[in-house]
Amino acid sequence: MSKPVIKCQSVYKIFGANAERMLKEANGNVDAKTFQENGCIVGVNNASFEVSKGEMLVVMGLSGSGKSTLLRCISRLTDATGGKIFIEGQDLLNLNNKELIDLRRNKMGMVFQSFALLPHKTVLENIAFPLQIKGIKTEDSINKAMDMVKLVGLDGRENYFPRELSGGQQQRVGIARSLAVEPDIWFLDEPFSALDPLIRKEMQDEFLRLQEKLQKTIMFITHDFDEALKLADRIAIMKDGIIEQLDTPANIVLNPATEYVRKFTEEVPREKVLLIKDVMDEITSDNMGDIKVSKDEIIENVAEKILTQEKTVAVTDGKNNIVGSINPAKIINTVFGGRKNNH
Amino acid sequence: MELLKKYPKLFQWLFLLAVFFALCFAIDVPETYKFIRGQAEFVKDPNQSAFVFLGKEVRYYAFDVFWRLPPLLGWLPIWINDSLFFLMNDWMPMEFWNEDTQEYKTRPLVLQITRNLTAFMTFLIELIREILLGGLETIVAFTSWDWIDANPWAELPGLPWTIVAAGSAILAYKLGGKGLALYALLSMTYISIFGQWKPSMQTLSFILVAAPLSFIFGLGLGVAAYKSKRVEKALYPILLVMQTMPQYAVLVPALVLFGVGDHAAVIITMIVAVPPMILLTLLGLRAVPPEVIEAGRMSGCSNWQLMSKVLIPTARRDILIGVNQVIMVCFSMAVISAFIGAKGLGFNLLLALNQLNIGLALEAGLCISLIAILLDKMSLAWANKQVDYFGNLNFYQRNKNSLLFGVIVIVGILLAYFGSIYFKDGYNYLFEVPHNKGISTADFWNKGVDWIFDTFFVYIKAFNTWLIVDVLQPMRALYLRMPAVATLVLVVGAGYLIGGVRSALVVCGLTLFIALSPWWDRALVTTYMATFGVLVSCIIGFTVGTLCFQNKHSTNFMLNVCDIFQTFPSFVYLIPVMMLFGITDTSVLIAVIVYATIPATRYTIEGLRSVPAGLHDAATMSGVTKFQRLFKIEFPLAFPHMMLGLNQTIVFALFMVIIGAFIGTEDLGQYILKALSDKKGAGIGLTLGICVAFIGLIFDNLIRTWVGQRKKHLGID
Repeated sequence: MSKPVIKCQSVYKIFGANAERMLKEANGNVDAKTFQENGCIVGVNNASFEVSKGEMLVVMGLSGSGKSTLLRCISRLTDATGGKIFIEGQDLLNLNNKELIDLRRNKMGMVFQSFALLPHKTVLENIAFPLQIKGIKTEDSINKAMDMVKLVGLDGRENYFPRELSGGQQQRVGIARSLAVEPDIWFLDEPFSALDPLIRKEMQDEFLRLQEKLQKTIMFITHDFDEALKLADRIAIMKDGIIEQLDTPANIVLNPATEYVRKFTEEVPREKVLLIKDVMDEITSDNMGDIKVSKDEIIENVAEKILTQEKTVAVTDGKNNIVGSINPAKIINTVFGGRKNNH
Repeated sequence: MELLKKYPKLFQWLFLLAVFFALCFAIDVPETYKFIRGQAEFVKDPNQSAFVFLGKEVRYYAFDVFWRLPPLLGWLPIWINDSLFFLMNDWMPMEFWNEDTQEYKTRPLVLQITRNLTAFMTFLIELIREILLGGLETIVAFTSWDWIDANPWAELPGLPWTIVAAGSAILAYKLGGKGLALYALLSMTYISIFGQWKPSMQTLSFILVAAPLSFIFGLGLGVAAYKSKRVEKALYPILLVMQTMPQYAVLVPALVLFGVGDHAAVIITMIVAVPPMILLTLLGLRAVPPEVIEAGRMSGCSNWQLMSKVLIPTARRDILIGVNQVIMVCFSMAVISAFIGAKGLGFNLLLALNQLNIGLALEAGLCISLIAILLDKMSLAWANKQVDYFGNLNFYQRNKNSLLFGVIVIVGILLAYFGSIYFKDGYNYLFEVPHNKGISTADFWNKGVDWIFDTFFVYIKAFNTWLIVDVLQPMRALYLRMPAVATLVLVVGAGYLIGGVRSALVVCGLTLFIALSPWWDRALVTTYMATFGVLVSCIIGFTVGTLCFQNKHSTNFMLNVCDIFQTFPSFVYLIPVMMLFGITDTSVLIAVIVYATIPATRYTIEGLRSVPAGLHDAATMSGVTKFQRLFKIEFPLAFPHMMLGLNQTIVFALFMVIIGAFIGTEDLGQYILKALSDKKGAGIGLTLGICVAFIGLIFDNLIRTWVGQRKKHLGID
């Protein structure tokens, strides 16, 4: 793996009057209940993880789980109470105000749940805003903003005010604004939660399209497990400020680490989430048929092909080498079997 | 017992009232008691008692403590006065360099500071005034009188009225389009043709200094309060008192500090106009959603950028209301500060009112109102303006307004030049229409007033007599009949029942201050007038508001009417009532009613509007009739908001009652007015102002506490 773009080491965020003293006294063993009795609320509890370049980490959790707080620590919208955060090797918590502003102006972009558009500025002005803050000439920033308008498909509406747009369109503006400075790191705080289901799906697809094109390093916050599965390279599931499990979507579905995580995975349609490679077996010496499936296919797409076979099917990689095998029974077992007691 | 358990509050209130009335009947009116018409503190009477505190002798008529509390705070105004004089004349004398005499002079620090401030203000006002009207002062400020004598050509000529009128129309067009431009042109032309040009421009120059300065200070302090809790805590009590302090009362101390003239008027205007601006700025900044602030931070805003580009623009709506308030206060003060020598329309208005020349007063009042509305609309349009980035305009298109203005300046000067040839002997009407040479409608109005008076005299008189004899006098007598202790019990009890111990203590403190001042009787009269005004205003306002709310067009129409009426300076309201009812309490009360009905109506409409649409639908689907919906759904939910309207109504009514002293009332306002012409009036004026402010604050505290609880109860906010 390449050098991590975001690196967190035992990050704590505790709200309350004497949070720092209490954290010190707790000696790395933070118990939310004891803290609460002393008037402190634990937002993030010992979060350690890395996000590498071009990776999308989705942080999933219900409301109050500390996911937004974690994001705000990493963007330093609030200061973490303890631990270390590195952005491309720079110690985030030691940056002075000027360096921080510099970092945000050039490296970071953020999208908000409630869009957070400036009501007095038009679509175009909103998108050009970070550029103008940077001190780029009005003409250049407007031209650049116009490119972004086109990128998110809002051409023709650039002179509208936010209040004249639908929720989906407003969030497109939010996305365009966060991308205007061409940041390397992209934070998205429940960007699609306030949208209708149909629009949400449309925006998710749009988002994947953009990401394919742009290859940003992303931290994406959501409370929607399906959304996390659909988008993530890796998922971190949070509860009460603690990261319960951090793994690939397939691993989380197949091997939930805790009871809490397992509850989420129960209702997930596995055939839509898992890939062949996630469930395939070793190469067997059994005689395999002529049919081959790629290891990167989603099960749903090839299930019929496999299930109509009576024999084991060969699994190939991109170069058509056989890397494994899969038999129909395995597919049936994955899709229908062992949901309640998966281990 | 059942009932008692069911409605505990009701019985508590009944008990309070019972105690109040019991006290009222138990405590007799002392035989020697009479309403003191003169100023007691200057009357020496062997019947008076006296006490000495902090070296000040306070004389007063002693009564039973239950009936009237002794004026234990009577030394306060005298003491304030002495301190003020000490500060101005004796404190920290220092050496200052004097330009004129070219030598060092010893002067007290405060005096020097206020004099410098004064000089600065005077310079600003004179600068604008002389651009508009012409004059010498500005040039002199940079050179000297000797230089001017040597170079008599160096005098600002002033702009011909044609240029100012057309210029303001262009500005209005650029900001707000054709309608506003037309309005600007018509009102300016009207002002010129009717011979009000000079005073209008004097007033305008005063406003153009006072309003921007108030705006800047208010915004700055609002931002400071937003950023620092400590600043907010320090400012808050001052803001609260200033909100309910009658503008009159500030005049007197300022008179001592800054002297007489336009500069003092500007400073007072700022003192009055800045607090609401601070409050609204703070309110607006507080309401900015946290995510918007975060978005700004993530865009890489520095603190300054965050404030100037994100927070303030996002809070624009409230800040604009603040600007509107500033302009309103400025115009209102433009009239009131004529008492301390501000020139312009306000002075003419007061003079005309004093001479009972209703026609002249009406003309001046109309001009003030026209300019007020113009500035108000222009500032709103300016704030809502948009930039077009893709205009791709050529030089001519981009600068057409400036070019047009250039042309107009040349044409205007030429016209004025031709005018000077054409009207060789008389006045150059194309330059400036002199005050007495314009068309005057004063005679017409005066005749109209006379006619109305002659024709309806019998009815007006009858109404007047009935109101005074059968309603006002008994009401006043009732108020004065309340023993101080009974009033105190009533007010404190109400405070306790509404807001618990905390409210009770606050209200008790405020009431005690008034009760221990030498003006309890006067305060009762002020309260009686305000109560009467508020009652009638509320009945009218709630009715009109409710009726208008039944239809969308009438709703908007009414809100617009309220907007325009609110822009009129408060003194203007005195003109028509004096026309009809002359110099009586009736006039004052009718002015109070008209003025205070504005907020009552507005808040009724806005309250009804704030009822969620979902509830309307739910109600309709439950099959309610229009009346049922109004009484079962809309009124209960809109009530808290309407009560805030009541709060405003009380403040407006108090202001007008105090201003009514100009017509002649026997309340606190009369003393404030007297203090204006009194050398030692500063302390008295200020203390009186605080008394009035406290009357307002008592009601403010009770109503706000109640509304807060009610809203929590209803789950709306």
